[in-house]
Amino acid sequence: MSENSLTGSTIQAPAQLLAALRQLLPADAIVDQPEDLYPYECDGLSAYRALPMLVLLPDSVDQIKQIMRLCHQHQVPVIARGAGTGLSGGALPSPDAILLSLARLNSILAIDPLNRTARVQPGVRNLAISEAVSQYGLYYAPDPSSQIACTIGGNVAENSGGVHCLKYGLTVHNIQQLTLITAAGEELTIGGRGLDAPGYDLLALLTGSEGMLGIIVDITVKLLPKPEDIRVLLASFDSITACGASVSQIIAAGIIPAGLEMMDQLAIEAAEAFVHAGYPADAAALLLCELDGTTSELDQQVEQLHQLLMQAGATEVRIAKNSQERELFWKGRKAAFPAVGRLSPDYYCMDGTIPRHQLPAVLQGISDLSREYDLAVANVFHAGDGNLHPLILYDANNPGELERTEEMGGRILELCIEAGGTITGEHGVGIEKINQMCVQFNEHELTQFHAIKSAFDPHGLLNPGKAVPTLHRCAEFGAMHVHHGHTPHPELERF
Amino acid sequence: MNTKIADQDLGASLAEQVGVAAAERRPLAITAGNSKAFMGHPVDADTLDISGHSGVISYQPDELVVTVRAGTTVAELQQLLIEHNQHLPFDPPHYDGRATIGGTIGCNASGPSRPYLGAARDFVLGVTLINGLGQTCRFGGEVMKNVAGYDVSRLMAGAMGTLGVLLDISLKVLPKPGFEQTRILKMPDAASALQWLGQQSGALPLTAACYTNQALYLRLSGSKAGVSQAAQYSGGESSASDSFWEQLREQQLGFFNDPRPLWRLSVAAMTGTDTDIPGDILYDWGGAQRWFLSDASAADIRTWAGRHGGHASCLRNRPTDVSVHQSLAPGLQTLHRSLQQSFDPHHILNPGRLYPESEHKQP
Repeated sequence: MSENSLTGSTIQAPAQLLAALRQLLPADAIVDQPEDLYPYECDGLSAYRALPMLVLLPDSVDQIKQIMRLCHQHQVPVIARGAGTGLSGGALPSPDAILLSLARLNSILAIDPLNRTARVQPGVRNLAISEAVSQYGLYYAPDPSSQIACTIGGNVAENSGGVHCLKYGLTVHNIQQLTLITAAGEELTIGGRGLDAPGYDLLALLTGSEGMLGIIVDITVKLLPKPEDIRVLLASFDSITACGASVSQIIAAGIIPAGLEMMDQLAIEAAEAFVHAGYPADAAALLLCELDGTTSELDQQVEQLHQLLMQAGATEVRIAKNSQERELFWKGRKAAFPAVGRLSPDYYCMDGTIPRHQLPAVLQGISDLSREYDLAVANVFHAGDGNLHPLILYDANNPGELERTEEMGGRILELCIEAGGTITGEHGVGIEKINQMCVQFNEHELTQFHAIKSAFDPHGLLNPGKAVPTLHRCAEFGAMHVHHGHTPHPELERF
Repeated sequence: MNTKIADQDLGASLAEQVGVAAAERRPLAITAGNSKAFMGHPVDADTLDISGHSGVISYQPDELVVTVRAGTTVAELQQLLIEHNQHLPFDPPHYDGRATIGGTIGCNASGPSRPYLGAARDFVLGVTLINGLGQTCRFGGEVMKNVAGYDVSRLMAGAMGTLGVLLDISLKVLPKPGFEQTRILKMPDAASALQWLGQQSGALPLTAACYTNQALYLRLSGSKAGVSQAAQYSGGESSASDSFWEQLREQQLGFFNDPRPLWRLSVAAMTGTDTDIPGDILYDWGGAQRWFLSDASAADIRTWAGRHGGHASCLRNRPTDVSVHQSLAPGLQTLHRSLQQSFDPHHILNPGRLYPESEHKQP
């Protein structure tokens, strides 16, 4: 952590490179004064900060190509950044690298309502796509909670999800074509206008590649027809285990909800105190279930689901009567993160995914860790797809508390791996979870990742040091690794 | 669980065979059911037979995930899933029961439901593979959401074994819809059918749409109430049998019984139907996959597909001088070679299967 803390100094860009960039870009597209660089010192993971060498704000694909060629020629690394809402430090700057902001490429280039696609630039905000195509009765399905601010370029880089993943998939399932500028400044079209493309599925490989393989400058997204009708049910439980079990019963009954969200007691209390959504504040767990489809289909499904939830031990089931109430039910869940933020000066959001049946065991493990580290945890869970967001409450002003939080977070991720899951469901590895990659993947697998990276970027100029740890780093991490609560030498005193 | 699938783990032995072949720089032709040989070029090499590596490693219906060995047949797996009211939504072809899951993922083979429910690649959650050095690696996992590391598992879909030998595959499965109904709407021509689909299909619970013989075939899936409501909306007549979709998936409709080369055109669904290239077309995937019987030159057909942002593959009765898949742009070709080399540095896995060796040589 401390090695990544803010350093005020940056490395000067090579004079020749800077001169060429000044020729290429207007003055306001180059940010190089230290005081102007500070807004870029971090992304959504603000515990990690660094100043970039300089920030470039191109507004055309051609400029980006030229920038990449120049950086390639001068062997200067490039870190791409969208809106900077990422939660894993994927867009964390580095003093020896240029930060390439894609914010000015923010046009919706074309909407094709019949083929149900839209071609957009990477700096377009996620929600802006759905707003622009709404007039055709269409929407863009992936909806990360930051959708007001996050950009589609960043969504592709992280393979972002949202609350509707179980039914509608992740970013990778909802894009069709990309334009990629390689590390050497070459333009490539990936995917196509049809449903597949010849050769390897580079569309899949690039989605979620965290800016390591190329700069994405143009994206064709798939659009879906808006459902005829939407219903939302809110079920309260007096035990989190019963709530978790009800999720399995819903799936087993053949129902695939559009959204299925779970919150634990602390998260419910925080949300209720913040937005007054009418949540039962004494419930141990709450399940929010959204169904979509045709009206006649939903009438039947809501009835079936209501009965099922009662049989599963729900203490209360409410069905939203209208769209206002539906929005109110959702409001508490959507405000859960800031609501938890009010309980504590800082919170740290984790992102593991587990097989759903492991939920009780993993929650018990988190609760044990919470006691061990004396740090409270609120749990918010994308229950349908197994993606767990424990929020660890801490105070960065207390010396050593951030370090303890990070250590506890690391152990939560290792719990997820042990349960047959993964360290990151939708936030990405970035810099945050790079050590846990050493636990999830072995030497051959990590070597394969590096070989893929080299195929795209042989000089390692794109987002260096992120997403995939070096074997050397893993060796060091392994030596320090605390496994099952035991350090390698428990007899030694540690301070 | 009534269906019994022979369970046999040949992973270690297969990895050893690949390791030895790598050391000897000896290429391998990966095969199991050999049902999809026509989807690529023949590989002149020693056979690496995967068919014995079969069985279900884990299946928990309420997790919506199944993990199977690559040699398990599609027919066996679908049978097991149906017993739990679930299915592989991408509905891959069975090819007389010979098609295996490994081959299905290797070829990214998807059936008529593909535009509405997703392709084979969309349901891949994780794979265990043997790379070209004989090393066994695992990527992805058994959960729906997983962004740790590059998405190597989905990259395997359609790679035809040239990036790795697939051993075990985790797939997302879904509940099988309670009701299905096929509607047949008479339409004078393909243009009217596509126009109708473009304007109306958003309101329907469609899981397949095909135009052939002056008729638009629609498959509606969902609850009984939802399907009846949709059937009223769509109009047309209800079909007496659902076998149309299976015959389409298996390429057993009368249309496919023809001596001319069979082309697969993958284009945007609403691409125009006017073409001066002579031949007969069947429109599947709501227009996004077009089966084209034609003696016209490969260049003409591929230029047409390319002009519409798509591509053309020649899958049956292929003239010897025509390659199966459309060539890649030069920059992409170079990238493909580097990527292939990163998995298989000695170039021993299915060499020439995806693109003929002449296209693989360094420029």
